[in-house]
Amino acid sequence: MPKITFIKSDGAELVIDAKEGATLMQAGIDGGINGIVAECGGCCQCATCHVYVAAAWQGRLSAVSESEDAMLDNTVCDRRPESRLSCEIKITQELDGLVVRLPVRQV
Amino acid sequence: MTATVAIVGAGLAGFQVASSLRDQQYPGRVLLIGDEPHRPYHRPPLSKAFLLNASEELPVAMRPDSYYADKKIEVLSSTRAVSVDRTHRKLALDNGSVIDFEHLVLAVGARNRPLHVPGYDLPGVFFLRHLDEARALRVRLHKAKQAVVIGAGFIGLEFAAAARKLGVAVTVLEVADRPMSRALSAPMSELFAREHANSGIRFLFGTQLKRLIDDEGRVAGVETVEGAVIDADLVLIGIGVIPNVELAATCNLEIRNGIAVDANLSTSDPHISALGDCASYPSPYAAEDFVRLESVQNASDQGRCVAARILGRASPYAAVPWFWSDQGPLKLQIAGLTMGHDQTVVRGDPAGISCSVFCFREGRLLGVETVNRPADHMAARRLIGNHVVLTPADAADEGVDLKQLAAAAAAQIPAC
Repeated sequence: MPKITFIKSDGAELVIDAKEGATLMQAGIDGGINGIVAECGGCCQCATCHVYVAAAWQGRLSAVSESEDAMLDNTVCDRRPESRLSCEIKITQELDGLVVRLPVRQV
Repeated sequence: MTATVAIVGAGLAGFQVASSLRDQQYPGRVLLIGDEPHRPYHRPPLSKAFLLNASEELPVAMRPDSYYADKKIEVLSSTRAVSVDRTHRKLALDNGSVIDFEHLVLAVGARNRPLHVPGYDLPGVFFLRHLDEARALRVRLHKAKQAVVIGAGFIGLEFAAAARKLGVAVTVLEVADRPMSRALSAPMSELFAREHANSGIRFLFGTQLKRLIDDEGRVAGVETVEGAVIDADLVLIGIGVIPNVELAATCNLEIRNGIAVDANLSTSDPHISALGDCASYPSPYAAEDFVRLESVQNASDQGRCVAARILGRASPYAAVPWFWSDQGPLKLQIAGLTMGHDQTVVRGDPAGISCSVFCFREGRLLGVETVNRPADHMAARRLIGNHVVLTPADAADEGVDLKQLAAAAAAQIPAC
């Protein structure tokens, strides 16, 4: 299973085993990550599963859709070039080793 | 003795109260009581992605299991509250225990509106609200050839779109003359009727169900009051919900199309709050005096509001209502409350599948419905929340940049 590292806003790191085919949001919650809120359940409606993905990994992710782009304008913490919604990222073997940072808060 | 907040209902509203109490360092006991056997999970995907994917076993949990122990949230599953003694602040549960509470939160939700026609309980007839219903429905859906949907509301049409995608023949029966007539403006409703019809969904409007046809103990079709017979090996009933007011009613709290609460989401007893699908409250965005909303946004934002009040930081609930429904390629989003509008202005091409309908009442913007225009929707949430004046002429003029207008008006949010 691909390993994903979550770095909390206080710098604490947690590595989880993510199930292929799940979304990064779901894998994070199943893996015990508490910094993802995901109020809408992964339907790209609430912008509360915001993560920052390092630039080096951006190219390996699916492109930002129009919906995600609009939603990212509504994150509580600043939108940056590396901002993504974790419900829109599907876990594949290619993402083994992915490192994402969590914002200070989601709501 | 430690103060206890007892929360009845472990859906999103109840979960959010528990979670927000702990986020804000509530020191007492937090008890989350739910009648389902599952830990809190997200319901919206159940009528969307969950139906399409036959192999996905897990629902989307709201939090990892470890969360509840970490946060000292006591979850009582498969448990019902049976009565409330307001004088002594005691809550009786069906497992025989009695809880002394400092504050009681009624997040009891709503239940499927039943349809009492002959055959309503035949195998092959489904409702869709809970995980267990969704699981059973999904198994049947993946074997079905002909489905009939009773009710052209959000749930019925989300299901219908999923069923079409799986190649199932779908007929939708609706008593009104257009889909989602209570929730949507006429132009948006027409767009959905047309596009769903183009995808092969057959609609029968202005019709009522007479009976479900029994063939050797399972459903084989439906008959309308007009005498039309439609074959079906699966029938989904989606005719709305009824708020669960019984617990509140039996302890003499005020009821008015839901459990009556004030702007702070307090019932007529200050030690009892109600929120989410079951609560009727005064909304600054509504044309009516009181509204009862069934939505994710309402449940979570009201959850935060109730938690804040329990912690002594009461403030009137004033979040902008928003809604969504994914129906095949049609991504519907609504910002604001459009009920009672007297004028609509369309931006984009309503003959296609991407446009926005602005709903006004006496020239004032009430809400915006969008299909496949997420940027307009997000701008609309902010415009409405910040009470920005948008005239019907502005709404019609594509040159007026909604995002810019919204950004200019946005309150300064503290940086993280």
